[in-house]
Amino acid sequence: MPTTRQTIEERELREGPAIRVRDLRVNYGDREILHGIGFEVQAGETMVILGGSGSGKTTLLRTLLGLERANGGHIWIRGQDILTLSESERDELRKKMGMAFQGGALFGSMTVGENIALPLREHTELDDSTIEIIVRLKLNQVNLTGFESYMPAQLSGGMKKRAAIARAMSMDPEILFFDEPSAGLDPIIAAGIDDLILKLKKAFGITMVVVTHELASAFLIADRMMLIDKGNIVASGTPAELRESQNPRVRQFLDRVPEPELTDEIDYLQMLTGEIPPLRQ
Amino acid sequence: MAITAAIGEATINGLAYIGGLARLTGGAARAVFIAPFQGKNLRLSRAVHQAMSVGVEAVPIVSLISFFVGTILALQGAYQLRRLGAMQLVAGAVAIVMTRELGPLMTAIMVIGRSGSAFAAEIGTMKVNEEIDALETMALKPVHFLVAPKFLAMVLMMPCLTTWSDFMGVAGGGLFGVTIGGFTWSTYFRATLDSLVRRDIVTGLIKSVMFGLVITAVGCQEGFSTGLGSEEVGRSTTSAVVKSIFLVIAVDLVFTALFYFTAPQ
Repeated sequence: MPTTRQTIEERELREGPAIRVRDLRVNYGDREILHGIGFEVQAGETMVILGGSGSGKTTLLRTLLGLERANGGHIWIRGQDILTLSESERDELRKKMGMAFQGGALFGSMTVGENIALPLREHTELDDSTIEIIVRLKLNQVNLTGFESYMPAQLSGGMKKRAAIARAMSMDPEILFFDEPSAGLDPIIAAGIDDLILKLKKAFGITMVVVTHELASAFLIADRMMLIDKGNIVASGTPAELRESQNPRVRQFLDRVPEPELTDEIDYLQMLTGEIPPLRQ
Repeated sequence: MAITAAIGEATINGLAYIGGLARLTGGAARAVFIAPFQGKNLRLSRAVHQAMSVGVEAVPIVSLISFFVGTILALQGAYQLRRLGAMQLVAGAVAIVMTRELGPLMTAIMVIGRSGSAFAAEIGTMKVNEEIDALETMALKPVHFLVAPKFLAMVLMMPCLTTWSDFMGVAGGGLFGVTIGGFTWSTYFRATLDSLVRRDIVTGLIKSVMFGLVITAVGCQEGFSTGLGSEEVGRSTTSAVVKSIFLVIAVDLVFTALFYFTAPQ
């Protein structure tokens, strides 16, 4: 029998935020990438994680998905701490999450339709005709109607991202993760992806976590956003709050101020490890 | 001191690598032999696709090379045997060497070139394109999804290919026997069957299965350990071929010694 305190905690976690992260630490070898960060993402909210290259934002996303091992802390997703779950429990949780990778990560040996059908075939008892209907529906949602028999190599960059979103949506996830959804696309296609994210949010109320460094896209789709720098969250809040922030790192990022020229390798390494501030001018 | 440290490090790395191969093979074996009884899909269609690629599509090249090897064996054997006036022993010599050693070994080397490298390239490319991560985020185990069908295809196709290679090698020896050695096809095959015992064929087939396991494990392991960047795929593919050839020959040595010492006197 669980104690009353346990029951309250469990209920609070279940009905609380979709994602709650506390004191998360991740190391690559001896080097600490994330230095004990914490944040929350409410259900139905779109959280944009901003950060420059090497800031740790992709590591954070990968750790949330269980692709990287955390060295400490907690990640509760729908009330379950994924760092303490068994492999099968984590797989069950993953079925409620979808991930759209930066390059699409569509399986090159399968058609677009087979890519989208794969999770349904593997995790459900649905018959082929039902799966076919769902595949068509998902493609329709991302404006790729009729592309089910195309191979990923035959698609443009923007279409691959759309197909990847359709695949991520195939199991009707509660939480959707995006890694750089509009990176490498021309402004028109990138705007189309932003529109699609907004449309999905409006239609399904899915909780979304978007990692990006595209400012225009971030301010358009975010309910809340946070800026990560050298493995720490330096600022978080609504887009308006971040726009008004006077934090020098936020200002540098938003005002697109370049890093000072570094004279030698030691300086560069020290800047990466935070031993010297990036804005020493 | 530096030499001892280097030897120690190399030994630890080597053992860790073999441990990784054993883990991968164990995971694939569990997916093939146990998981279906726990209600998980075996993905037979993927295994059939792999079996076509590993086995059926390799038949022409295995046939040709084995035929040539059989002829070469007969020529080399006859070179010695004719001095002793024992040309009639050529058929037996070719048959025994092919079934016990060269059939499994030549087949394995051809499969390494065709399939071991392809496994590493396929999985390596998937790794670089984040497809392996995509599988994991979809709650699909890469070992179950990618390695198990290859494992099953290899375990089934290697003995079949080896049997065919044995036959083609004997036929290659027969070409020499009939054209130069004074045999007819009928007497050559009769001499072949008289010289073979069941153990010759069975030990060769056991080795072929072990070679199949090594090739699958090394190819897949190299694929999974591919780093970032497309040039890493090339490195994995080369490494898979070199390591597979080395390990196949090492396994061959172990099993040949085992069969030698356990053979009835």
